[in-house]
Amino acid sequence: MADLTTNLAGIKSPNPFWLASAPPTNSGYQVMKAFDEGWGGAVWKTLGVPVVNVSSRYGSVNYRDKRMVGFNNIELITDRPLKDNLREIEEVKKYFPNNAVVASLMVETKEQWHQIVKDVQNAGADGIELNFGCPHGMCERGMGSAVGQEPAVLQTIVEWVMEVAKVPVIVKLTPNITDITEPALAAVKGKADAISLINTIQSLIGVDIDNFVPYPIVDGKSTNGGYCGPAVKPIALNMLKNCAQAPGMNLPISGIGGIENWRDTVEYMLLGATNVQICTAVMHFGFGIIRDLTSGLERYMDEKGFKTTAEMVGKALPNVKTWENLNLKYKVTASIDKDKCVECQLCYTACEDGAHQAIGLPKDGSRVPYIIEDNCVGCNLCSLVCPVEDCITMERRDDGKEHETWKEWMTEDKAPTTFDDDRAGGKHHWVPKPTDALKH
Amino acid sequence: MPEYNRPTTEEELKANFGQLKPLMNATMAYYESSRCLYCYDAPCVQACPTGIDIPLFIRQINNGNVDGAAKTIYDSNYFGNACGKVCPTSELCEGACVYNKQDVKPIEIGRLQSFATQQAMASNKQFFKPGRPNGKKIGIIGAGPAGISCACELRLLGYEVDIFEAKSKPSGLAVYGCAPYKITNKEIFEEMDYLQGQFGYTIHFNHPITTREQLDEMEITYDAIFLAIGLGATNTYNLAGVDLKNCIGATEFIAQLKIDPLNTIVGKKVVVIGGGNTAMDAASESARLGAEEVILAYRRSKEGMGAYPFEYVLAKGAGVKGVFSVSPVSVEGKSTVKGIKLIRTEEDEKGYLSNIEGSEFVVDCDMVILATGQSKKTKFLSMIEGLKIDKRGRIKINSNTGQTNNPMYFASGDAVNGGAEVVNACGEAKNSARSIHRILLKHGTMKKKDQE
Ligand SMILES: Cc1cc2nc3c(=O)[nH]c(=O)nc-3n(C[C@H](O)[C@H](O)[C@H](O)COP(=O)(O)OP(=O)(O)OC[C@H]3O[C@@H](n4cnc5c(N)ncnc54)[C@H](O)[C@@H]3O)c2cc1C
Ligand SMILES: Cc1cc2nc3c(=O)[nH]c(=O)nc-3n(C[C@H](O)[C@H](O)[C@H](O)COP(=O)(O)O)c2cc1C
Ligand code: SF4
Repeated sequence: MADLTTNLAGIKSPNPFWLASAPPTNSGYQVMKAFDEGWGGAVWKTLGVPVVNVSSRYGSVNYRDKRMVGFNNIELITDRPLKDNLREIEEVKKYFPNNAVVASLMVETKEQWHQIVKDVQNAGADGIELNFGCPHGMCERGMGSAVGQEPAVLQTIVEWVMEVAKVPVIVKLTPNITDITEPALAAVKGKADAISLINTIQSLIGVDIDNFVPYPIVDGKSTNGGYCGPAVKPIALNMLKNCAQAPGMNLPISGIGGIENWRDTVEYMLLGATNVQICTAVMHFGFGIIRDLTSGLERYMDEKGFKTTAEMVGKALPNVKTWENLNLKYKVTASIDKDKCVECQLCYTACEDGAHQAIGLPKDGSRVPYIIEDNCVGCNLCSLVCPVEDCITMERRDDGKEHETWKEWMTEDKAPTTFDDDRAGGKHHWVPKPTDALKH
Repeated sequence: MPEYNRPTTEEELKANFGQLKPLMNATMAYYESSRCLYCYDAPCVQACPTGIDIPLFIRQINNGNVDGAAKTIYDSNYFGNACGKVCPTSELCEGACVYNKQDVKPIEIGRLQSFATQQAMASNKQFFKPGRPNGKKIGIIGAGPAGISCACELRLLGYEVDIFEAKSKPSGLAVYGCAPYKITNKEIFEEMDYLQGQFGYTIHFNHPITTREQLDEMEITYDAIFLAIGLGATNTYNLAGVDLKNCIGATEFIAQLKIDPLNTIVGKKVVVIGGGNTAMDAASESARLGAEEVILAYRRSKEGMGAYPFEYVLAKGAGVKGVFSVSPVSVEGKSTVKGIKLIRTEEDEKGYLSNIEGSEFVVDCDMVILATGQSKKTKFLSMIEGLKIDKRGRIKINSNTGQTNNPMYFASGDAVNGGAEVVNACGEAKNSARSIHRILLKHGTMKKKDQE
């Protein structure tokens, strides 16, 4: 049976599932309830200076019948008094000594940082997370993402914290930056113990088109907020990969952003996350999802023969290359399984209008489309829109013997520089005459 | 114990005749519309006799443009709500949904259609207005689905339209025929009012056209005449005993039930003769009116019935029992029905049916409903010069234009197709209206030999 325990820079927990610092970790009550249901750890809702929150606070993107595929908030750090939080941290640790309680912190001055680090250590926190990510409200006051966007400032604050830290320190990064590896490497330089990413992405969730105000509405007005939930996962995964592959990055990573199930978790770990943190999925479905998370992960690990979670970490990284290193001789084309086809013709219209006019319809009135091999560039689009599992598959057409990359072409001076060059991409692609569009 | 007790109040009626396709609420419509795949050249559209752009209207519902959805529906079919509720959708659009091929429940297209159109009706959304008057007048005989659909389309094109209707209410068999658990009269009339309010045609109720003089006058007054007369009374085939009290034709029984259900007489034990959709309806309806036992007697096998399979399932669900391969010999009784004599039949490989000699038997019952098909209005049609009908009494038309052999006259609906569905009448009539317009635009008149 798979061993789910994890160790992030010395912070141990019975499984890799932590609650991210957010409303689900607002109080000792919630954290105890979560641990009782099986969560491995919790990053306490960010502690710091006094703040005031507005109402309303959240907005969401719904896609068809699915609610909250994207979620946005304009909430600040905790507004509960620090001493209440410290007392509750202590109490939680008493009941759950083996679960990870990490205190998320955000203050301004060196003195404040020193004081609050000591306070949470005294309360028994197993680790500290520095919130350099909040993209609204706090950054205007010189905190949160205002720090995360300035690698030098970030490094300085990390150094302040390290002066007094006795427990591992995690630096939480903001995605609102061109190159996330810069603050990540600043955290390394500051001697942090781990990084976590991502915090929310600066966003404007939508507009009330009757009253001309964006959401969420606060007395007829609104402001930008932070975006999270399933929609942000691909962005977070890319940033995770960038950090994990960055030369000089030697810290373990806690992955955050859009994680909702065991499959998401596995993807994060394969791209280099030691554990994961979850917020929106819990805000949507409650702590109970932990049962699905752990059982799914266990089953996957058993099936794949992973004994520990550590064995999975980074397994997919060697297969992430820069574009110039991809094999230009590899060729797939689409293939439609006639027996599975339900004749919706979505692949036809997708390829016809949105790709390469490589799918035809039978002239005899029957409805199963066919692939025009010569036109198919192997883009995957048809197989992605097809509503039937495994009906359109991409089949390999090259013999697998040739391997050439753009990078090799560049170094060998073989890269095409004119469109007449036989190696130039579009050269042999057939397209219909523009006026063929009007033949109907 | 019968499935249903005799209803004595409006509430009990409502319970016994609960809607098969009740109105969806907005959440249901949202979820259901979310499932649509938006197929290319969608099979559901091809399966709809009026060619409604179904994926488009479903997408409009899903994207919060419910009125736009209703407009899409009405653009193709003026009986948008009625069809959503009474169409045999499992044989048409929903039967063609590609989800069926994956054994996934097809999209509930009919209910979504009614969701959109009912919302538009409730807020009296005005999608159409009459075209600029073009100075031409069309006379329509019959205010059923065919007559009303033709009238709407012609008004849109600027014609003045007079409809002559024998009865006191519009919509023809939609109200006098379609089962009450498919659609309520109120709903039908709401849609009729809604259409009339937008298109402004004139209906002359209680105004049957029965004489040559009336036709003469119409031929003088109108630039073209549209026949939307539907079918006639139930065929009784000279069966002995049909005049006994409590022996009734299915269409007549149903018409009465539709107008005055609480006072419609139903027997304790009812035998319904026939195997078509009307037979299924009459049987179901008898049971829902409180008949203790309802037997459906059909001359061929169960598989040989003309009714849609779902209609038989529905009847069985109401407690109806089927008896197959039996043919009626005579209705028994002195003044009122006491039973029906049946004879067993057998079918050879060619489908030829013969009675098995000496196999007669009597089923005791106190009511017999004959659902043995509707007659054709051949006598009326014979008054129209040059009009041709086929061997089965259906009006012959040019199938592209709806024009009959008398160029003044066009025809659609049951009178032409021999009895189909509301949706067929609507689709055919809309097409005929367009042909009338095309031909009049080209020739200015129908009176010459100016068929297309
Ligand atoms: C019992 C029963 C149940 C049915 N159930 C369904 C169902 O569930 N779903 C479905 O889609 N279809 C159903 N149908 C069929 C559907 O009702 C018809 O196909 C449709 O109504 C045909 O429309 P129409 O306009 O051609 O004829 P009709 O609806 O028959 O309309 C003809 C109109 O013309 C009038 N008329 C006739 N002669 C004259 C005259 N000489 N002068 C003036 N007025 C005249 C009549 O009074 C009538 O109003 C059912 C039919 C029956 C009988
Ligand atoms: C309402 C709300 C409040 C949040 N507050 C904090 C916070 O106080 N400190 C912090 O570090 N992150 C905060 N976050 C960010 C989350 O911890 C997390 O990084 C982000 O939501 C991405 O994860 P998810 O997609 O699982 O929600 C907040 C998120 C939400 C939705
Ligand atoms: S893979 Fe792309 S180009 Fe090829 S058939 Fe599919 S959609 Fe068209």
